Amino acid sequence: MADQMQLYEVFVRSRRGLDHKHVGSLHADDSAQALEYARDVYTRRGEGVSIWVVASRDITASQESDCESFYDPLDDKPYRHAAMYELPEGVDSL
Amino acid sequence: MTPDDPIARYALRLGDDALIMGHRLSEWMSRAPFLEEDIALSNVALDFIGRARLFYQYAAQRVGGDTTEDTFAYSRDVRDFTNLLLCELPRGDFAFTICRQFLYDAFSLPFTEALSSSNDPQLAAIGSKAVKESRYHLRRSADWMLRLGDGTEESHQRCQRALDDLWLYTGEMFQSDTLLDDLIARGVAVDTPALHEAWLTTVTETLAKATLSVPDTDVEVVGGREGIHTDDLGFLLAELQFMQRAYPGLQW
Repeated sequence: MADQMQLYEVFVRSRRGLDHKHVGSLHADDSAQALEYARDVYTRRGEGVSIWVVASRDITASQESDCESFYDPLDDKPYRHAAMYELPEGVDSL
Repeated sequence: MTPDDPIARYALRLGDDALIMGHRLSEWMSRAPFLEEDIALSNVALDFIGRARLFYQYAAQRVGGDTTEDTFAYSRDVRDFTNLLLCELPRGDFAFTICRQFLYDAFSLPFTEALSSSNDPQLAAIGSKAVKESRYHLRRSADWMLRLGDGTEESHQRCQRALDDLWLYTGEMFQSDTLLDDLIARGVAVDTPALHEAWLTTVTETLAKATLSVPDTDVEVVGGREGIHTDDLGFLLAELQFMQRAYPGLQW
């Protein structure tokens, strides 16, 4: 039965003010059912205040073969990082 | 084993409904049609078993002595159980389990809502806790009714057959007796006969959407509240109680 079902990616926001985080995926017939299963499968211990489900096929993902053109050119541009700044007191990370 | 205190007896009825329903649902663990549904069904099973514990703990507190929730779950015989027959019927196929759940959830939601305004503070507190679970249970089972009823020809047929088989057992949910009449008059128990109309409306509307027909029968099978059960409850209890019967007082 799971073969005929669609795969969905599940994102859960654990607290107000935080981002939705990807927590995993599941099979369901449609998005309404995916939302219910997400509740049962990923928020059993009260992890969430909000759930997003997205059909996996709707996600366009970068490929391994894109690495060279996507990321390598950034290696010699350290000035794009904030690492050069001295952190003001009380700021642990930037 | 049956307490004299009417409120304890009432709590036991409700605890028995929840325990037996929860056990039947738990029988699906590792056997559900697919993984996600397996987890979802187990969640619902746990909700019911949690509810059973609350009712049993309260009954045990009222009875006093060394009675605990386990005494009620593990040390009573079939005739002492006062659950609705609907809850004890074997789980059948998936359509049967879902139809049973839907018919019960459509009752359980208005029931727990009403219980939360009981004059008895403890029962009211259990009702308030359970009502949120019941709302989710009904959302889930009503959703499945649409999927199965308005799904394939086979799922429709299985669903209709299950409804026809189950319908005779639904009248018992709204039945009253002296214990209940007395507790309703005192504002402790839920006036279940009064819930019938709302239940029938919910059920009729969902079945219509699911292209299923409301079974046409006046036959009613009752007896659970007096301890008159189907054969199936004995087998269920044999499994549920085995450990405590074989090793009394065993803890883990």
